[in-house]
Amino acid sequence: MAGSTPASAIASETPLEAPVAAVQAAASARGISPWRDAWRRFRRHKLAVASVFVLGLMVLAVLFGPLVWKLAINEIDFSARLKPPAWRHPFGTDDLGQDIFARMLYGGRISLAVGLAAMGMAILVGVTIGAIAGISRGPIDTALMWLTDLFLSLPQLPLLLLLIYLFRDGLKAAFGPEVGVFMLIVCVIGGFRWMPVARLVRAQFFSLREKEFVEAARALGASTSRQVVRHILPNALGPVIVAGTIDVAAAIIAESTLSFLGLGFPPDIPTWGRILYDSKEYLDIAPYWAMFPGAAIFLAVLCINFIGDGLRDALDPRDVL
Amino acid sequence: MGSYLLRRLLIALPSLLGISVVLFTVLALAPGDPFAEMALNPNVPPEVQANLRKQFGLDDPIWQRYFRWLWAMVQGDWGFSFISRVDVDSLILQRVPVTLAVIGASQVIALMVALPVGIYSAMRPYSWFDRIASALAFVGFSLPTFFTGLLLILLFSIKLDWLPFVYRADIAATGWQWWWEHLRQAIMPVMVLGLFQGASWTRYVRSAMLDVIRLDHVTTARSKGLSDWDIVMKHVVRNALIPVVTLVALQMPAIFGGAIVTEQIFRIPGIGSLLIDAILRNDTPVIMGVTFVFSCLVILFNLIADLLYGWLDPRISYR
Repeated sequence: MAGSTPASAIASETPLEAPVAAVQAAASARGISPWRDAWRRFRRHKLAVASVFVLGLMVLAVLFGPLVWKLAINEIDFSARLKPPAWRHPFGTDDLGQDIFARMLYGGRISLAVGLAAMGMAILVGVTIGAIAGISRGPIDTALMWLTDLFLSLPQLPLLLLLIYLFRDGLKAAFGPEVGVFMLIVCVIGGFRWMPVARLVRAQFFSLREKEFVEAARALGASTSRQVVRHILPNALGPVIVAGTIDVAAAIIAESTLSFLGLGFPPDIPTWGRILYDSKEYLDIAPYWAMFPGAAIFLAVLCINFIGDGLRDALDPRDVL
Repeated sequence: MGSYLLRRLLIALPSLLGISVVLFTVLALAPGDPFAEMALNPNVPPEVQANLRKQFGLDDPIWQRYFRWLWAMVQGDWGFSFISRVDVDSLILQRVPVTLAVIGASQVIALMVALPVGIYSAMRPYSWFDRIASALAFVGFSLPTFFTGLLLILLFSIKLDWLPFVYRADIAATGWQWWWEHLRQAIMPVMVLGLFQGASWTRYVRSAMLDVIRLDHVTTARSKGLSDWDIVMKHVVRNALIPVVTLVALQMPAIFGGAIVTEQIFRIPGIGSLLIDAILRNDTPVIMGVTFVFSCLVILFNLIADLLYGWLDPRISYR
């Protein structure tokens, strides 16, 4: 959700929370809410605004496209195999005569959903571990940071491949091919992306927990969990949102990479990476078949990266030069 | 220096042990075991199976199995490939040089792109050059390596027919011809990896330069009347490279990931494509071995980054 329409979500959430105002007191003093202030800064990043628009169009297309474009994604028609783009098949057909446009609309849902779900997973784990490490000093902090460093030095793609190789069949049997592989990929990608978030959150906690407003809350007798949830965490969210946006892009690339290596989703679930994998043997006779899914992945990732850059300008003012 | 290296190696040891625990846990948690197929085979009587399980110690408690496995790994007994009937360690050793050559060459390309472009962008921030370079950098690291690889193959191998798209280890030619053929087939994979890395490094270099260029010692150098070149090269770049080295070291796992994909696209006979082949053919000992080698390489490169730190920043002493 945060990755698809971040700008509108920020703009509409005007009822602000008190702690957020503390950091950007200057903005609220003029009667402007911090979210509106962020939106004003975001809007200055022209490429980011354009990216929100393009990505929004892509999300709408994959959400509502299959309702309008009613060709079946798995209808095999050998009389129409490897047809270049035309009105009947705007993106052409593959080696079995299946309509690539319909397959991409359907597969896009899964590609984007994997990105968002893996981001959610990474943020959840990262914020939890970072918050625990940041609020409790001493051995717990040291142990958690050692774990974070260990995960940072793991070779991610080989382990990703190993985990999927080992657990795919079991989960497929337990939850069905679609849900099982989806859950596995989301958990594994999310499980390898939480470390930067955890470090960010911990660093934020270290500076925030000494601030006056937290001290005031402590003096008023707020419990540790209330201090964390109500006062520290909302103020630490800016960089986390930025990191989360970038994570969506990384997760989309990771899922496409797995599918492209033939180890992601099964062939009957045509994610963009999977379509690319199927197309690579026909690169010389049907280049368009590889172009469309590749361009879709590229466009989605590029837009998300630009939005992340815009959000960094908007939410993380220290980094702006 | 020597004792620093030794101490740093001792610090790396726990992470290696941690990685081996992770690897072993993953394998132990996985459903099914090496004898699962045999259990379905009616020709193997159950008592023989039980004996075999006992002989290989599959019924022992997990920590005993872990230490036995670790001891065997330390001794260099990495097992036997199910498919190619070769010892895993010799299979991997045979393929590591190709992977390292491709990764090394692509890092050189990435540096050659990132340093000049990043430095020049930071010297003239928000100029046209900077804007175009930034936009191109975004495009560069948003293009996934597998798609760039396919695009290059499409353009240079299929449309123009300039470069071969399958990497061959057995080239019959000798002398200059041999070098030329190797260079020709390495251009595309090295470019794919190098430009991807170069794009993200350009951004790191630029932002690190911009952080340093504002500092007081740079103003001092400028007011002394030093030339632009001297200021940038001697006073800014060296300081700016410190955070860049950190970020590059953090990216090491991603670089190896990119290498796996590239090797698979161009069929380069390195350890990345070995891993994919092994996974597709359920060759467990090879999978374990290659994953472990990748972990060791990541830790090795982190070590190199630490040593680079000391060279860049004399305040970090080697005590």
